[in-house]
Amino acid sequence: MIDYLGSNSDVVLAALRQHVGLAFLPLLIGVVLALPVGYLGVRFGWLYHPLLNASGIVYSIPSLALFVTLPYVLGTQVLSPVNIVVALSLYTLALMARTVADGLRSVDPSLTEAATAMGYRRTRRLVEVELPLALPVVLAGVRVAAVSNISLVSVGALIGIGGLGALFTRGFQLFYTAPILVGVVLSVLLAAVTDLVIVSVQRAVTPWTRATTRRA
Amino acid sequence: MGDDTPYLLDGSHWSGPQGIPHLVLAHLGYTGLALLCGLVIALPVGLYIGHTGRGSFLAINAGNAGRSLPTLGLLMLMVTLMGLGFLPVLIALTVLVVPPILTTTYAGLRNVDRSAVDAAVGMGMRPWQVLWRVEVPMALPVMLGGLRSAALQVVATATVAASVGLSGLGRLLIDGLSVNDYGRVVAGAVVVAVLAIVLDLLLGLVQRYAVSPGISGRGLRRRGAPVAASGPDPELA
Amino acid sequence: MITFEHIRKQFPDGTVAVDDLDLELPTGKITVFVGPSGCGKTTSLRMINRMVEPTSGRILVDGEDVLGKDPAVLRRGIGYVIQHAGLFPHRTIVDNVATVPHLLGRNKTERRRSALELLERVGLPATFADRYPSQLSGGQQQRVGVARALAADPPVMLMDEPFSAVDPVVRDQLQQEFLRLQSELGKTIALVTHDIDEAVKLGDTIAVFRAGGHLAQVGTPQELLERPADDFVRDFVGRDRGFRGLSFESAAGLAVRPLTDAGTAARLVLDDGGRPVSWEGAGLTGGSAAVDGTFTATDSLRLVTDLALSSPVGVAVRVDGAGRADGLVPHHDLVDHLAARRSTA
Repeated sequence: MIDYLGSNSDVVLAALRQHVGLAFLPLLIGVVLALPVGYLGVRFGWLYHPLLNASGIVYSIPSLALFVTLPYVLGTQVLSPVNIVVALSLYTLALMARTVADGLRSVDPSLTEAATAMGYRRTRRLVEVELPLALPVVLAGVRVAAVSNISLVSVGALIGIGGLGALFTRGFQLFYTAPILVGVVLSVLLAAVTDLVIVSVQRAVTPWTRATTRRA
Repeated sequence: MGDDTPYLLDGSHWSGPQGIPHLVLAHLGYTGLALLCGLVIALPVGLYIGHTGRGSFLAINAGNAGRSLPTLGLLMLMVTLMGLGFLPVLIALTVLVVPPILTTTYAGLRNVDRSAVDAAVGMGMRPWQVLWRVEVPMALPVMLGGLRSAALQVVATATVAASVGLSGLGRLLIDGLSVNDYGRVVAGAVVVAVLAIVLDLLLGLVQRYAVSPGISGRGLRRRGAPVAASGPDPELA
Repeated sequence: MITFEHIRKQFPDGTVAVDDLDLELPTGKITVFVGPSGCGKTTSLRMINRMVEPTSGRILVDGEDVLGKDPAVLRRGIGYVIQHAGLFPHRTIVDNVATVPHLLGRNKTERRRSALELLERVGLPATFADRYPSQLSGGQQQRVGVARALAADPPVMLMDEPFSAVDPVVRDQLQQEFLRLQSELGKTIALVTHDIDEAVKLGDTIAVFRAGGHLAQVGTPQELLERPADDFVRDFVGRDRGFRGLSFESAAGLAVRPLTDAGTAARLVLDDGGRPVSWEGAGLTGGSAAVDGTFTATDSLRLVTDLALSSPVGVAVRVDGAGRADGLVPHHDLVDHLAARRSTA
């Protein structure tokens, strides 16, 4: 495995670079879109269940199926990376819209009431009170979405663009385990590092969740 | 795009070993088998860890670790190591299905109201009985939720597994791609998507109806005023 | 001053929570809304800051109709304290206190400085400033809640069961300190409670609510205890009316006997400073018993009665400002005094 890595480092690195781009761009798009969508699902209570159902349906669709049907919907080439980005963005949106909605709903209603009673208007209250309190739930969702995306990108190798997935198909075609192992290890490492980064961000951004409960 | 008749409307595609019904059945078969293997391994372990609380580190992190495994990579690795065939695929599918079942079984049991468990033990129930009569029924919603997402994962992975020789609906996608028969590819994609959605809805129904109404609140009229913990209620005083 | 004029609140499902309420809350005083569950007291309170909108009628705060103001602006000028404090868990204590000034756009240094001052005022050490609510006890959180309500120096404060969620010992402390604070600040306060004892202890005026937001009686605590308007109020105030009423009577008019003439077999033992220590006598277990509490001339008859009842020899001991014993009240003297009082009442 190390030999393979040594002699093919440029291929591996290119694959890794592509993988990172294909996993994180949709993550960003999906999260950014999920914020307003999730908020609407809470602001207008009747939207919550339809939102849940729609997300559930999108999330059930097998990734390969989505990768190959999108060209017909979008008019892109079948072998275009845009399919992967759009598909993963949809998955991320489906997951995160629900997470954002649930996160906002998890905020103790007496706190939002107290905020209103102090004179907060809706928007400021959302930004200064509700979203920060929903962060732990939302960030937990981002972790799941990030790791899932990293795993799903490699499926794209079956339509020619798969980041580290290219190592899998190459190894499989040549009946050679080394590239596959390298790909798997790198993929898992990437996921682990990403997970750690998000957890660190979470700890930095939500200091109150860690304050030791010393009853003074 | 070749053919004038859409793939799904061409009668010949609905019969024979390459016909859609056969492929659907094969696909469902693989899914069921992988779930069964996953349950056989993960359920006892999850129940033990959830009930006793020992080894929780494993259960909590299994979910995350499992999610980070690249499905295609795992499939191709197993086949490259063991050769073509169903067994390597089954092993890969099982490896992918065990973590979510393990994690959700554990999480479901851990979130069971401790006072109910306490009461059960206090009444003289043995650990075995406490587990089956109290903890599992209360943890069922979460556990079934885990089963549901595991099932979807298997359906998706089985689709991908066509690339390492497995039958099932993935065949339409993979074979179609290799001969540029996009009609076939889309047909396969549509059928497998519908299958996944239907399966998800069915399991959703199971999730709803298998759980006691006392826990899900299904069909019961809400009675009584909200408890203080839920915040001030303008309707009271 | 807060005025309710023909206030009515009907909810969409038809329930009438408040039906034609007219009430005046005097400036600078504590008015307590008290009554059984579902009587409309909390709904009425929450109409003042428009957390609940009246169906009809007007509420005037210092002459201005609350409906004429932007709700958010109105609320920034009214302090609001609720049962579990409702502190924002994600903000430090000092940031919690400075919430309304923050909304009003005051500058950061100024906000922090006045928030720290308020913390001190409500009896919390400055070291708490940068802690999070989860690190404080229930009683401490409630103090922060009060500080937060006072931060923008509003003339009016609304309090909804502010002391109900803490244990009785802490509650008593908080109530005492609250009264002290109010004597310094003189806010116009509307306070809701279901606890008649708390109402009697804190209220300058008490408004007893009946179901439907109807007022059964409005008056001073003493009026309520001595002259309840009807059976409802009588029952609500409870059987201890007579005893509780003694809290309002001073011990100043009570005649005392000299220290040597207790009328009992026991003898009062003093320390070098003249302060009472114990009773000694043959009738006591072990030959002596400690003096468990004393009263001064400024205390209430309720305290004297309690002391006489719980004293091992049935005698209450009065002390002067320095703690030196200066008189005894055996329980029969107390009873005579109460009877004499009645004939002149």
